Amino acid sequence: MTQTVMKIDDLHLSFPVSRSLLDVVQRRPGKSVNALNGVSLELQQGETLGVVGESGCGKSTLARCIVRLYEPTSGQIHFDEQNIFGAAARKDRSYNRRVQMMFQDPYSSLNPRMTTGDILAEALRVHQMRPEAEIAPRVAELLDLVRLPQDAAEKLPHEFSGGQRQRIAIARALAVEPEVLIADELVSALDVSVQAQVVNLLLELQQRLHLTILFVAHDLRLVRHVSNRVAVIYLGRIVEIGDSETLFSAPSHPYSQALLSAAPSLDPDDKGAAIQLEGELPSPLNVPPGCPFHVRCRHVTAQCRTVIPALRALEGRGEVACHHAEEINQHA
Amino acid sequence: MTDHPILEVENLCTTFSRGGTDLPAVRDVSFALCKGQVQGLVGESGSGKSVTLRSILGLARHYGEVRGSVRWQGQELTTMSERQLRKIRGREIAMIFQEPMTSLNPLLTVGTQLTETLKAHTDLGRRARRDRAIEMLDHVGIPAAASRLGEYPHQFSGGMRQRVMIAIALAASPKLLLADEPTTALDVTIQAQILDLILKLADEMSMGVVLVTHDLGVVAQTCDTVSVMYAGRVVEQGDVRQVLQTPRHPYTEGLMRSVPQDVPPRTQLYSVPGTPPSLFSLPEGCAFAPRCQAAGPACQTARPTLQDIAPGRQTACFHPLPATQEDAA
Repeated sequence: MTQTVMKIDDLHLSFPVSRSLLDVVQRRPGKSVNALNGVSLELQQGETLGVVGESGCGKSTLARCIVRLYEPTSGQIHFDEQNIFGAAARKDRSYNRRVQMMFQDPYSSLNPRMTTGDILAEALRVHQMRPEAEIAPRVAELLDLVRLPQDAAEKLPHEFSGGQRQRIAIARALAVEPEVLIADELVSALDVSVQAQVVNLLLELQQRLHLTILFVAHDLRLVRHVSNRVAVIYLGRIVEIGDSETLFSAPSHPYSQALLSAAPSLDPDDKGAAIQLEGELPSPLNVPPGCPFHVRCRHVTAQCRTVIPALRALEGRGEVACHHAEEINQHA
Repeated sequence: MTDHPILEVENLCTTFSRGGTDLPAVRDVSFALCKGQVQGLVGESGSGKSVTLRSILGLARHYGEVRGSVRWQGQELTTMSERQLRKIRGREIAMIFQEPMTSLNPLLTVGTQLTETLKAHTDLGRRARRDRAIEMLDHVGIPAAASRLGEYPHQFSGGMRQRVMIAIALAASPKLLLADEPTTALDVTIQAQILDLILKLADEMSMGVVLVTHDLGVVAQTCDTVSVMYAGRVVEQGDVRQVLQTPRHPYTEGLMRSVPQDVPPRTQLYSVPGTPPSLFSLPEGCAFAPRCQAAGPACQTARPTLQDIAPGRQTACFHPLPATQEDAA
C-alpha cells in the first residue's frame, strides 16, 4: 500500500520587494512577489513526482521550501506527522538528513577547494553517519555507487566534467542515507548524451534504495520519462496534477495542453500541430485576479476573470484547476 | 534545390591557440545554403557550432586563425578587410546571439538601438527610421510598439528582448540570418513563438537562415537541411528528414536515442557511453571512436572523411549504419 511521506498543505510564500522612494513619498504599500500561492500536494513513498512549469512559476521556490531553505509565509509541510517548520522540528536536525536536495548548476554547487573525498566525508561527519574509521571505506563505496573511479576522491571539482559533477552531487546527497531526494533541474545543464547517463543512474538508485524523488525540470520529455505523477505549476499554483502517462497523453488544463504541445517534436513531418500561447507569463508582482491563466487562455469566460478555480478531480483524469475543464475536454 | 546557393562554406577550419597548443575548434566544415532555406547546425557544447557561425561572419578571426573559404554571393569573406565586411554585416548578413539578456546595450533605449542599425545601413531619414523601427517591432509581435521605443532593455522580459534582437537583426532586410541558439534561454512556449516568427519572416523575406541549436526537436521543426557536429567536425549532414529518421552515423543515432521519446516510461534510457573529448586531447583517429560501439581497428588510427552516401547526404564514418528503404527512395 502506498504511504504518504510528505504532505504539503496550502503553501504560500511571498518575497517583499524593497519600496522605491516614489512608493514611500506616495505612501503606497510595498509590493511583494507572490512566488507560491497555495500549493498543496502529497508525496507518496517510493514515487517520483515531476514538477513542470515555465521559468518564474515557482517550481524551484517550492523545492527550496521543502528543504527549509525558505520559510513559507503561510501553510505547512508535514513530514512523518511532524510540521517541519515547528519549533520541535527545528531543533531536530534529522529532517535535514532525511530530505536531501541536489542543485541545478554543477559548476557552482560544489566547493572548488574541497576534494571529492572531503565533500563526501564532510556530509558523513556532520550527520555522524559513520565512526571516523569507517568514513574512508564509505566514501569509496559511494563513489562506486555513482560509478565514479576510485581516484576521484583525490580530485577537485574542476577536474570533472558536468556529468561527473552531478554524480558527485548525487553521491553527496546519498551519503547521509536520505529518504526523499529533491532534484532541482538536476540534468538541465548537461548535454543530451550525458543527460541520459545521469537519469539512468537516478532511476536505478531509486529502485535500489527505495527513494522518493521530487523531480523539478523544464524538459517535459524527461519529466514524462522519470515520473510516476506530474504536477503542472502556473504562477505559484498547481493547475493540474495526475498520473504522468495520463497527463502527458491527454492533458486537461488548457495551460498544460499548450505547454505540452509547445515542446518541439522530433519528427520533422509532425510540424505545426502546436497550440500557440499568446503572451508571456504575467509577473508574479501582480498576479491577475481570478484564474491566473485567464489572460492567455483561449477558453476564457467572465467567471475566469473573477473566481479562482479550485483543484478538483476530473473523471478518468487527474486533478485540474479549471472552471471549464469538462467542456474543454469533451471533444478530446 | 536548383537554386544557386547564396552562401558556400568550404573546408572551414578555425584554430585557437591556448598556451602554445593549437585547439582545433572547427575542422573542414562545408555546406551550401540557398535562398529561403533553413540550415541547422546541431551538436553538444564544445562541438564547434557557434565558432562556425562566428567564422562565417569574420568574428572569430580576431581571436583565432580561420582557414578555408566562405563565399557570400560570389564574394570571399575570409580574406575581406574589416571595412568591407562592415558593409555586409547587418545589411546583408545579420546575426542573433544566444543571450537576449546580455546582447542588448542596457544604457540605450530599444528605439536607439534599432534606429542605429538603420542609420548605418540605409539612407532613410530620421522620421522614416523611426517609422521603420515601429514597423519592425510591430512585425516581431511587440504590442504597443510606438510607446515601447523609449524603453530600456531591462523593462522587457526575456522573450520580448529576443524579439527586439530579431527586430534589430532584420531591420535592414538582410538576405541571410545567422541565429546562434536564439531560443535556448527561453521557455518552451516562448520558444515556439520565436521559432515561428523566424520561419515566417524567413519565408516572407526569402531569407536564408543558419540555425545553431543543441535541441534536436528544434531542428526537426524548423530546418530543411542539417549538419551534425562532433568535436569540431561535421559527422553527418543532409536533408533533415533523412538525417533524423534514418541516421547513418552512430553519434547521430546515439543523440536521437538519448532523447526520451517513444520509450516506455521509467526504463533505462539509451545513453552514449563516456563524455565528449576535450579539444586539448583529441583521439588520433575518429573523435567518436572511444564512445562508439561500432568502432573497429581502423577507427582508432585513421580519421574518416565526409563521404557522399546518397544524393545530398554525407556521413563521416567507416562503419555507417545500414540504410533503410526510405533512404534509398
